[in-house]
Amino acid sequence: MKFAVLTFPGSSCDLDMFHAINDIVKADVECLWHTEVDLSLFDAVLIPTGAAYGDYLRPGALAKSSSVISQLQEFAASGKPVLGVGNGFQILVEAGLLPGAFLMNTSLKFRSGQAKLSVQNAETIFTSEYETGQEITLPFAHAYGNYYVDAETLAQLKDNKRIVFTYVDGNEDGSTDAIAGVLNEQGNVLGMMPLPERAVEAIIGGTDGLPLFQSILKNGSEQHVSQA
Amino acid sequence: MSAKHEPTAQQIKEEKLYLQLGMTEEEYERACSMIGRLPNYTETGLFSAMWSEHCSYKSSKPILRKFPTEGTRVLQGPGEGAGIVDIGDNQAVVFKLESHNSPSAIEPFIGAATGAGGIIRDVFSMGARPVALVNSMRFGDLTDARDRYLFEEAVAGIASYGNIIGIPTIAGEVQFDNSYSKRPLVNAMAVGLLNHEDIQKGVASGAGNTVMYVGAKTGRDGINGATMSSAEVKVEEKAELPVMQAGDPYLEKLLMEACLELVKSDALIGIQDMGAAGLTSSSAEMASKAGYGVEMNLDLVPQREEGMTPYEMMLSESQERMLVVVKQGREQEIIDLFTKYGLEAVAIGKVTDDKMLRLFHKGEVVTEVSADALAEDAPVYHKKSEEPAYFKEYQKMEDDEPSVESLKETLIALLQRPTIASKEWVYNQFDTQARTNTVVAPGSSSGVIRVRGTNKGLAMTADCNSRYIYLDPEMGGKIAVAEAARNLVCSGAEPIAATDCLNFGSPDKPEVFWQIEKSADGISEACRTLNAPIIGGNVSMSNEVNGVPVYPTPTIGMVGIVHNLVDVTTTVFKQAGDQIYLIGETATEFGGSELQQMLDGTISGKAPAIDLEVEARRQQELLSAIQGGLVQSATDLSEGGLAIALCEKAFGAEGLGADVKVTGSAVSALFSETQSRFLVTVKAENTKAFEKEVASAVTIGVVTDTGKIVIKDEAGDSLIDGTVEEFQSAWKGAIPCLLNCEG
Repeated sequence: MKFAVLTFPGSSCDLDMFHAINDIVKADVECLWHTEVDLSLFDAVLIPTGAAYGDYLRPGALAKSSSVISQLQEFAASGKPVLGVGNGFQILVEAGLLPGAFLMNTSLKFRSGQAKLSVQNAETIFTSEYETGQEITLPFAHAYGNYYVDAETLAQLKDNKRIVFTYVDGNEDGSTDAIAGVLNEQGNVLGMMPLPERAVEAIIGGTDGLPLFQSILKNGSEQHVSQA
Repeated sequence: MSAKHEPTAQQIKEEKLYLQLGMTEEEYERACSMIGRLPNYTETGLFSAMWSEHCSYKSSKPILRKFPTEGTRVLQGPGEGAGIVDIGDNQAVVFKLESHNSPSAIEPFIGAATGAGGIIRDVFSMGARPVALVNSMRFGDLTDARDRYLFEEAVAGIASYGNIIGIPTIAGEVQFDNSYSKRPLVNAMAVGLLNHEDIQKGVASGAGNTVMYVGAKTGRDGINGATMSSAEVKVEEKAELPVMQAGDPYLEKLLMEACLELVKSDALIGIQDMGAAGLTSSSAEMASKAGYGVEMNLDLVPQREEGMTPYEMMLSESQERMLVVVKQGREQEIIDLFTKYGLEAVAIGKVTDDKMLRLFHKGEVVTEVSADALAEDAPVYHKKSEEPAYFKEYQKMEDDEPSVESLKETLIALLQRPTIASKEWVYNQFDTQARTNTVVAPGSSSGVIRVRGTNKGLAMTADCNSRYIYLDPEMGGKIAVAEAARNLVCSGAEPIAATDCLNFGSPDKPEVFWQIEKSADGISEACRTLNAPIIGGNVSMSNEVNGVPVYPTPTIGMVGIVHNLVDVTTTVFKQAGDQIYLIGETATEFGGSELQQMLDGTISGKAPAIDLEVEARRQQELLSAIQGGLVQSATDLSEGGLAIALCEKAFGAEGLGADVKVTGSAVSALFSETQSRFLVTVKAENTKAFEKEVASAVTIGVVTDTGKIVIKDEAGDSLIDGTVEEFQSAWKGAIPCLLNCEG
């Protein structure tokens, strides 16, 4: 299984994702500059955090205009896994691959720290190595972490178990229903504000993010086996 | 504005226009005699900027010569963008601390942000990948609305730059005192890593080689910034506010990636940031350092605004620009490289062998001066120094112990002092974990990152207790260095080198110059004794409001090497049953202490004493105990003394508390700020081995699982008894409350 880390100008945490996959998950992975991409050569796309295009206009808004986005939409439509974390989640929302919108944190300040999360749905290709209801801790760091969806969308997300992670004890940044991560309708695109690639080694503060990547790897490999 | 409206060389002389540009009569005369004619307007501007304190260190040079700058690990000392220290495995650490005080006093968000941007460029211009940021800030005590604004905006500004560019901020310090009211200090430090073969220098050598301009376009922002920052900020005169330079961290991210790719190219000869005095300082310094000259055609400089004059282009401080010298004929490769990142790279001139800085504009020579005259041969002043009357008076005072009514209430009040209170409000605005190497994030003695691919780490800190330095600059200077080293040792690191940012009032005041001199003596002696040479730094003078200087604040940034990541040690308690040890005796020392300031509203008396030999021995003993795996947690005793350190060890250690017995007078035992002391915890089975290693360690109690802090005197009578929760909520809530309660 081959992972692509999709890098836009300003995607400053691309190497964090690369190291998590390459050094710890020990899977095949490559960083791709957004204008030099053939996604058909890859089995999963990871969009790292950072500040693509300096977060100008709105986080993710300018990345949406990159030529790679139409390829990414096709890739997602093919059913292969796409994960966006932090700024990557914002890009997926701006690109129309996930519902909702982002507002500035209610404190109007950038906030970083450790978020306690509850795994709401462990029956996805991203979370099968967790248990439903499991509590995990992942780092976060964002100024626009206030995820918003309207009531109708929220009801759909709930009905289809598309809310994958929620913040335990609510969310200071103001996210609707304390949502920390959501899936698309097909179940192959996940966006989340907490940063699992920052929690894959004990020395840097925890390993609760590791099962997420192992889930993608396991489900991707099984799919390959069944297709073979 | 076009050049024809500029005053003539004759007018500049007759109307003494150079005075407005910050040059003295003597300096103007010196410039005239150096070039053998009257300088024109552009040339006068170049001299004024290059001979400003900010660029030339003309008043501080004799002081800076005192610092020890050599050591077995030092690969590059002061004089380049940043110093470089060997860390083994063909790798080196690059770092420097720099001020951005004047801009931050005027427009704190932009001022602090561009401060971070500038120091990051200094580090990657050496060829190093910036891997961590540290900061040191000073503000008024937050009772004044302007000071609250300056604090909130400066923190947000410095955070925004680091967060967007993706470099974690892993350590820092903020102190509050009304000495800094309306005149904040914002010092930022960047730390980078490189392989030895990638070390770059800011040199323009090899006649015929091409001078290229890369990065952002030049605008009219920040013109004369270097001169401005060398003068006092006049807070009441809004009409005089200069044009501020604004930073763009996104652009800098692209510039950084491009430059780090560029340093791998053998076409590169030299590279330097266009920092203070922009194009002027970079070109003149690169030529002067290399012993060559530089010729540039200003028509080719990428410009953001129309009709810019040579004067404006040369003195603009637009951000995110670098000057590079590349081998003749290799220009296209460089252009292609920068184009990939959406950046401009333009050949604007060439290196010459006549040692002149020669500028062309619209077909005419508009400047022709010796590069050395601007850079190397700037004037050096030996300012008058005079011991202030207050010093003698304070030295005569006895070490009195303050009297307090309730020890517990005093402890809570101290925990709420903004200088002591939790800085979570600050560091929660920083991305502390970008690059996924952060082993110890802000909130412990120092920040620690691992060096990827090795088993080593780098610890870093910034420290300066300016109250001690005000009371006794020499003693205070020693303490600043010792405290920085202590913080590294407590994290399990061996200090390897230091950087300084000398924030003072006007050096023209003999009493201020005396503070500078004496503190430098103290810093030098401590750096020698503790084996931490100064590898670079920055001077910020004239930090005054309405003629009153801020407390002398020579901030010390220090980096240490963690030889094995298992040595990394943090402040907080680890488990119930561990023995608590106090290393070092306690005297009655309250001069400049947080308790004295709190009770008296001011400071007086002697600064705490320090014996550097004792300090060095204790640090070595503690480090060796940590490296021997004998220490569970460690912290040094600083502002607020033992009681505060004990609380900090309990905060964040879920459910744990402490049961402690102290000897001697209670107020001194709890709150005195005697130096060279540490508080550490040791597993019961390791106590014998630990005591053998650390001679002056005395057990004072035990870590408990009661969630309470209980301190008793020798007779067993209770001095302080409270829950960790009540102390912690006072400590954590203080800064948010100061910002919000006052409205």
